[in-house]
Amino acid sequence: MTMLSVQNLNVRHGLLQAVRDVSFDLAKGDVLALVGANGAGKTTLLRSLAGAHLPTSGRIILNGADMTGVPSHQRIARGIALVPEGRRLFLQMTVEENLLLGKSAGRTGEWTVDRVFDAFPNLIPRRHAKTGHLSGGEQQATAIGRALMSNPDILLLDEVSLGLSPLVVDRVYAQLQTLLTSGTTIILVEQDLGRAMAVARRVICILEGRVVLDSPAKSVTRDQVTQAYFGLHRDSTGREAS
Amino acid sequence: MIDTLIQGVLLGGYYAGIACGLSFMFFVMRIINLAHGSLAVAAAYGLWLLASTFGISPFVGLLIILPVMAVAGWILQLYLLERSARGGALLPILTTFGLAIVIDNLMFEQFGADTRSLAPFIGSLSYDSWELPGSIYVGKLAVMTMATAIALLGGLQFFLSRFALGRAIRATAEDPDTAGLVGIDARTANALAAAIAMVTVGIAGAFLGMRATFDPYSGGPQLLFAFEAAVIGGAGSLWGTLIGGIVLGLAQSLGAQVHPQGFLIGGHAVFLAVLFARLFLTGLPFLGKGGFSRTGLAKIRAAIRSTL
Repeated sequence: MTMLSVQNLNVRHGLLQAVRDVSFDLAKGDVLALVGANGAGKTTLLRSLAGAHLPTSGRIILNGADMTGVPSHQRIARGIALVPEGRRLFLQMTVEENLLLGKSAGRTGEWTVDRVFDAFPNLIPRRHAKTGHLSGGEQQATAIGRALMSNPDILLLDEVSLGLSPLVVDRVYAQLQTLLTSGTTIILVEQDLGRAMAVARRVICILEGRVVLDSPAKSVTRDQVTQAYFGLHRDSTGREAS
Repeated sequence: MIDTLIQGVLLGGYYAGIACGLSFMFFVMRIINLAHGSLAVAAAYGLWLLASTFGISPFVGLLIILPVMAVAGWILQLYLLERSARGGALLPILTTFGLAIVIDNLMFEQFGADTRSLAPFIGSLSYDSWELPGSIYVGKLAVMTMATAIALLGGLQFFLSRFALGRAIRATAEDPDTAGLVGIDARTANALAAAIAMVTVGIAGAFLGMRATFDPYSGGPQLLFAFEAAVIGGAGSLWGTLIGGIVLGLAQSLGAQVHPQGFLIGGHAVFLAVLFARLFLTGLPFLGKGGFSRTGLAKIRAAIRSTL
């Protein structure tokens, strides 16, 4: 059953068109990995799904309702939560306060402050610490917890491994594992191709704002994704003007 | 000497009261409201009008004036400050400066140059006092002002740290874009914050009118005292503003003891001393931690240039 439908989405940053004619459908429980080079438009796509950046054309449909023009603070109430790139915590506020802010949308469900602390035990001793004083891994856990507090239907994870040491990335993904296998619908942006393909059921590769590959993760090889990633598959057609 | 100290502390309570709203907008919303004093005087005129025309006691009048102030704050934020904030960091400051001039002159046009006071409408409260041991007299109104300031600042601090709405206001001040992503309507949060700030301004205006006289141009000095108290107290928490108000009140009272002209000079001297001490110790101007970094100053410089 289709939960999220993105149809011919175009998003611009002024004169720069960051997302070009992107379409895909997502079923409940899917884990989709968005891969692509820096500047391919992944973050912009996620931000427009979360409502932080409204598209110039195209439609975003969640559970049958058109969300295209809905601003971010209402979109999270409808069930789309974004863990933004660079975590974007409220640094002057404590871990607990950041988590409680995640409840602002007023969606009820199984996620509570205690449940987040169960899922990310490394946060327990830092409960009343200002998030500005946390380590990168703790900040990332707080950011993910804050998004989960809204009990989202779809969780968007933007580069959770950005700026973290490989060891910490392992731990964050270990903590995410239950989430990834529990039937939560997730779209994640990840630079580490191996990791993205290991956790996702489906891979979409974006090149210069366009979808150049959309395939189940199992039926695609790393080489095929790499080719799409760098645009090698269309060598014969040459680069288009952009 | 003890009398001077006690009177200074009580005077500080009044300064903390008028600084409360300024400090709230200053540190929570990052807006310096230069119309602060004029708005307080406007509230005082509102109370005076109710009292002199309809015989409504200023304390009852607050029940009418405070909601009006809240609505005024809401409108001010949505239609003036938010719009001007799109034009850069400096524009809201200039807007409130212009607003102060408009309010002052409208009041002058309406009420003339006569000085007014709310004191005639509160019976003997304006001069009643309690006697403390050692034949020190403290004014009932001054004690009440102090208690109100403590309740206001403490209440606001509690609201900001313990209530979901308070957290939403702080989150919006820190990062409006991310606040939207967690489900906070940044416009509403800011408008609500401005409404709360204006309610405290209304209360400050009431005490201004009861303890002294005011005229259409009284806003300037009130703004100055509020600003000095807020700056001396510094960022961090609103309790700092209470300390700042008390320090200012003490400095003025002690200054007046040193020399008849020393009242204002004492206050200004302490204000400047604190300002420069902070400048040299931390390298940051008075906006406190994370307030004006170099990039912030650069932005202001750029804003000044673009305005010229």
